[in-house]
Amino acid sequence: MSKLQFQPRFNRALLSSLLLAIGSLAAMSAWADAAADLPVETAELTAPPMVPAPIARKTPAKVIVNLTTEEVIREITPGTKYMFWTFGGTVPGKMIRVRQGDTVELHLKNLPTSKVPHNIDLHAVSGPGGGAPQTLIAPGKDATFTFKALNPGLYVYHCATAPVAMHIANGMYGMILVEPEAGMAPVDKEYYVMQGDFYTPGAFGAGGLQPFDMQRSIDENASYILFNGASNSLTGKNALTANVGDKVRLYFGSGGPNVASNFHVIGAIFDKVYHEGGLKYQEQVQTTTVPPGGSTIVEFVPKVPGNLTLVDHALSRAFHKGAIGIMSVSGEEHPEIYSKAATAKAEH
Amino acid sequence: MKTAVACFAFVLGCLHAADYVPIAGGTLRTALPMDGETVPVAAYQLRSKPVTNAEFLRFVLANPEWQRGKAATLYATSAYLSQWHSASDFAPHAPNAPVTNVSWFAASAYCASEGASLPSWTQWEFAAAADASRKDARNDPAWRAQILGWYEKPSVERLPDVGLHPANIYGVYDLHQLIWEWVDDFNGLFVTVDSRAQGEQKVFETCGAASLSLGDKENYAVLMRIALLAALNGQDSVGSLGFRCAKPAQ
Ligand SMILES: [Cu+2]
Repeated sequence: MSKLQFQPRFNRALLSSLLLAIGSLAAMSAWADAAADLPVETAELTAPPMVPAPIARKTPAKVIVNLTTEEVIREITPGTKYMFWTFGGTVPGKMIRVRQGDTVELHLKNLPTSKVPHNIDLHAVSGPGGGAPQTLIAPGKDATFTFKALNPGLYVYHCATAPVAMHIANGMYGMILVEPEAGMAPVDKEYYVMQGDFYTPGAFGAGGLQPFDMQRSIDENASYILFNGASNSLTGKNALTANVGDKVRLYFGSGGPNVASNFHVIGAIFDKVYHEGGLKYQEQVQTTTVPPGGSTIVEFVPKVPGNLTLVDHALSRAFHKGAIGIMSVSGEEHPEIYSKAATAKAEH
Repeated sequence: MKTAVACFAFVLGCLHAADYVPIAGGTLRTALPMDGETVPVAAYQLRSKPVTNAEFLRFVLANPEWQRGKAATLYATSAYLSQWHSASDFAPHAPNAPVTNVSWFAASAYCASEGASLPSWTQWEFAAAADASRKDARNDPAWRAQILGWYEKPSVERLPDVGLHPANIYGVYDLHQLIWEWVDDFNGLFVTVDSRAQGEQKVFETCGAASLSLGDKENYAVLMRIALLAALNGQDSVGSLGFRCAKPAQ
């Protein structure tokens, strides 16, 4: 009885899914022809602040990227929790590193424990939506999307599911580094840091489990502005480390959703800033701006031991909203460069 | 008209008639504007509560082709009713908790067995705009914040019973804060009727397109409903996705 009554409706739905299936089969076989000869490897993704190893290959490959979307409750500052929406369980999401010319096969899985749907838009993609239409997935589902990394650079990826500002405000962003074909100059230390703004009804450190505050987000009135999703993600035992004389390279991005960063390291001068994560660099830079959905690569050499301080140099953000990190530098003192004692006091 | 159910809901063969409430309809300012910002909604009846595990068990026992393991894979994936202990036992879930992990095809078949169908998106959205005292509470920031809170709570393994939150002004329960719900036209929602944009199916899925085409931009809760429906195929099942049914006005 009941079966017959709904027959017309499911025929319509079936027809459209069959047509979609036929269309995507044809498209996939074209991909297979082009990518058939490429060696296949699975990308090693890293949780922040770590960075995947440089790419040793000199030729293109097909790179499998396995990424999850996960909703996790954790501390946003000691004593206050927040429900973060993440790629791979961390804020920012796991870092991806590929080589210009690689074909990237991205597998996105939304964990069954998730409450809401998610997808991914990678700024490294040339094509409408950057992968978002292909990857919109309900909890428990997965999707695959293939693109060619045509352009080298450091690119933000993010969730693009409505309401987009909320998904990003909850931490759904990360970065993909597309190394140029010629590779990158070797350095001693590489780190991955992203700034993001967060919106809660309670003020900074109000305690408890704080929900997302939609109105504060629309008003761009952040309660927290953070590096790597927590006020202490780069301080104390989590501080970045380097040695005197190391060549240090930071892959720095702004997740937003709303606030641009004025990135500065107190106690260092950037030798090179690859503004916007592009190929050209500026030299001798003190502070660099990074728009939401943008990135920068900075390089510097710590000259003396001690703590360098990473900040957003709009300093209320550093001292009242959490945008602060430490790089602990070890090694020999160089008083000819930097004398720790105040000269007048020491000599009379 | 309330039907008194003088038997245990899980007893097979119990003559249980679900409670449908009349909704007069009207003009809806919709979050999915297709042809103008408002749509007329004709009078209809809506099931006051989502379909429960006990009700769905009765249905699959009477219609074995919809039992887990028997339903064709075109109509239901392996996730279909996978949270139940067996095809005929919803343990450890409560009889009066909403049934979830049900495909659109199975939900449609269930509603047909009640002489009903799944509600259209606009029927669902019309009823869901109401709170306990207002037919359209959507401009109230406090109400919006309250229903938005559910989306940020972790999903739970065992859902609470239906009907625990207060009913809205129509006598409808649980349109918010319990489950996602199927709608009849979920896979037609994202095809624009504007011929200038032919082929722009599911334009909604990219953020730029979404910011242009969505109405009610500050109702994040309803935008998430739409995003979830856009992510689904008819055979999909999700652990937090259930359904209710609708009928034409009497
Ligand atoms: Cu998301």
